[in-house]
Amino acid sequence: MKKVYSRPKSLKRNHFHYCPGCGHSIIHRVMTELIDEMDLQDKAIGIPPPGCSVFAYHYFDVDMAESAHGRGAAVATGIKRAYPEAIVFTYQGDGDLAAIGTAETIHAANRGEKITAIFINNAVYGMTGGQMAPTTLSDQKTTTTPYGRDVKLEGYPIRMSEILALLKGAVYIERTAVNSPTNIRRTKKAIRKAFQSQIDNLGFSLVEILSPCPTNWRMNPLESWQWIDKEMTREFPLGVIKDITGEKNAD
Amino acid sequence: MTGNSAVGEAAIRAGCQGYFGYPITPQNELTEYMAAHLSRRRGCSFVQAESEIAAINMVYGASLAGVRAMTSSSSPGISLKQEGISYLAACELPAVIVNMSRGGPGLGSISAAQSDYFQATRGGGHGDYRCIVLAPSSVQELADLTHRAFDLADRYQIPVIILGDGMLGQMMEPVEFKHEAPEEPPVRSNALRGAKGRPSRIIKTFTSKPTELEELNWSLFRRYQLIKKEETTCETFLVEDAELIVVAFGIAARIAKGAIKNARTAGLRVGMLRPVTLWPFPAEAVREFAKRTKYFLVFEMNMGQMVEDVRLALEGKGEVFFYGRPGGVIPTPSEVLRVISRHYYQEGLR
Repeated sequence: MKKVYSRPKSLKRNHFHYCPGCGHSIIHRVMTELIDEMDLQDKAIGIPPPGCSVFAYHYFDVDMAESAHGRGAAVATGIKRAYPEAIVFTYQGDGDLAAIGTAETIHAANRGEKITAIFINNAVYGMTGGQMAPTTLSDQKTTTTPYGRDVKLEGYPIRMSEILALLKGAVYIERTAVNSPTNIRRTKKAIRKAFQSQIDNLGFSLVEILSPCPTNWRMNPLESWQWIDKEMTREFPLGVIKDITGEKNAD
Repeated sequence: MTGNSAVGEAAIRAGCQGYFGYPITPQNELTEYMAAHLSRRRGCSFVQAESEIAAINMVYGASLAGVRAMTSSSSPGISLKQEGISYLAACELPAVIVNMSRGGPGLGSISAAQSDYFQATRGGGHGDYRCIVLAPSSVQELADLTHRAFDLADRYQIPVIILGDGMLGQMMEPVEFKHEAPEEPPVRSNALRGAKGRPSRIIKTFTSKPTELEELNWSLFRRYQLIKKEETTCETFLVEDAELIVVAFGIAARIAKGAIKNARTAGLRVGMLRPVTLWPFPAEAVREFAKRTKYFLVFEMNMGQMVEDVRLALEGKGEVFFYGRPGGVIPTPSEVLRVISRHYYQEGLR
């Protein structure tokens, strides 16, 4: 019988510790498929964040190093500058990339660092138990916005990808989701494009992925998939936000 | 050459391939020196980071990738770097951090001070760890210790802090460099450079098992014991017949030396012990002196920080006096001489 589906070579043989319905395991799977397909296993260096996915190194069979909360883009900058042959990616949540690490992210993008940020947006702080994130939707209930996010007091959900797209050093930015087979395929295509722009040495690339957190959203997995479509994408529309990889190639 | 530039040149000659910094007075000449000289070298990188926090994390990244990397700052900026220094210590990564310290607390002043002694010698960030701390007292020594700092960092896989001050960084003195920059600086063998021909590597400390972290702490402290044994360094000056030993480090020791010379001319038997490594602190040397003399005068440009290490070392055996000027005030040798003379006569020495 012909084998049509198997574990990617760069995905370790460990059981995922993530909650049922969590998006991390899907994204890990998609990324490790790409690492295999693009032949990056011996070049890739990953920077997982503090948070649920701190244990990403239990699953990715590539070189990895932990980063302090929010500092992924700076750590990746140091690695890439010291060893430009590497393909360096950060794996960061919304609190990490869009709150505590805002400065590091914006300036790495602005310098056009040849790194790729995989930005998991689940609108909450996951591992700490579901507090308000910078991307929490208005009126969304979290443990620190128990009456719903009041934008007059707590600010608005921040669209980090759109902010980053303004910077000349950023060459590829796309927002995707992992709540349907179609969207998962699109996510894979977006990450492929982001990695390719790094391989081509073009500049900073980022894929924002709307990812379900059923546990902290107090939903079952199916409801969480539907919530992404019904609520999250209204604030965070899917699609390519910036792609100047073609222009950069022409330079 | 200024002290700041001397550190830059010595770092390049030690094979430093990555400098990551953020402007702050009084150490800007070092950042500028690296911008002018390191950035042009093949395989080397210079980044003016968006913050001190980003800079230390870039050092962490470059160190992960196996090259010699450094950052520099001054007191308030060093406070911001503590998060990164704790991670470097935890992940057993070499790095060199220069603190051309200034008066504090808060924004403080831009004048030379020694009030970061506790922060430097007690780890500085969160968790149980130590950094090797080197305290030069001349521009020549700044250059020499910069080279030694990179060697120590690699040998013990530990962050090394050079604790200078605004005066050392800014002052100009002749300096001789004893090494040529290596053509191909070596890459650390345990670096992250992609899992080519070897299993993938993970550099991390986070664990859900406290006993694993306890083991890391034990292994770090075993290494710290070794460093104490092998690397503790101090300089002595006119101590053979001294009845009063001045203990001072860095620029304060330089000032004290002038005072001691004048005290000698006046017939006072005074000597000096100058710790070159602040951590590990030369406690053994202090204890040795306690066998010969009872009187110690600790002089620091702060409210009394190293004096605690002197007292700990003496275990109550000597008489310890303290004289300090905080806030960026730089005492003169004659002021220190007056303090020496006062204690000398009060104790009925001579």
